[in-house]
Amino acid sequence: MPELIAKPALDHAPLIHGACRMDPAELGPITSVALYPGQEKAVAKVLKPLGLSFPAPNSLSANGPVQLVWTGRDQAFLIGGEAPEFGTAAATTDQSGGWAALRVSGDAAAEVLMRQIPLDLRAQAFPPGRAVRAPLGHMSAVVIRDEAGFLILIFRSMVRTAWHEIETAMRSVAARV
Amino acid sequence: MRIPCPLCGPRDRREFTYYGSDDYLNRPSPDAGEAAWDDHLHLRANPAGETHDLWYHEAGCAQWLRVHRNTVSHEIYGAELVAGRKGDAQ
Ligand SMILES: [Zn+2]
Repeated sequence: MPELIAKPALDHAPLIHGACRMDPAELGPITSVALYPGQEKAVAKVLKPLGLSFPAPNSLSANGPVQLVWTGRDQAFLIGGEAPEFGTAAATTDQSGGWAALRVSGDAAAEVLMRQIPLDLRAQAFPPGRAVRAPLGHMSAVVIRDEAGFLILIFRSMVRTAWHEIETAMRSVAARV
Repeated sequence: MRIPCPLCGPRDRREFTYYGSDDYLNRPSPDAGEAAWDDHLHLRANPAGETHDLWYHEAGCAQWLRVHRNTVSHEIYGAELVAGRKGDAQ
């Protein structure tokens, strides 16, 4: 057997410019949960003991550190916990190695991110509990708003580019104060 | 130009990939004959005014949308998911 060495996708130190801070984020396991047609009730039954419900588009369901985040039509990512057995209610695939995450916080976080993500991310339009699919530059992302700020999921192979793009926006916004 | 994705909400058109007329949703049966297949593959109307066409929400939910829009005024009347829709495109 070859010796595989586990390496983090991001080993950067936290970055602060002006009123914005960026950190690598550790998510734990990520499982895609894709509903089979007409299985909403069966999925709800599996999720209930976990204190979760299948999220409506652009939202999430959370219970402590575990969250179920909408990622597409009849699809959500279970993040931060092991997936239960869904049987014939939903197809599950392990996505843990495919994504990496970073956290952007601080008073200027929305202003910084709106330079790369073409959406209104201000608190009034994008309050905690929102979760959307959106482009970050030219990269496909999952953008989650929680009480602590923004959690951003990017394809693992691109997360250093995302870090660089956001750092550029952070410097630019900080320079304008 | 913004396209109202039924799942993601209104999004910039650069998040989408254009495919073509929604005629492509009406696929003839395999034995429909040469004329029907020639029409399906090659013959497109070129309307000045209202049109229905297919757009892929590549940078969002990864769904195909059927968009109702106007080629003269550039107005967008609405969009629906291709998945799960009933009936033939009109
Ligand atoms: Zn969409």
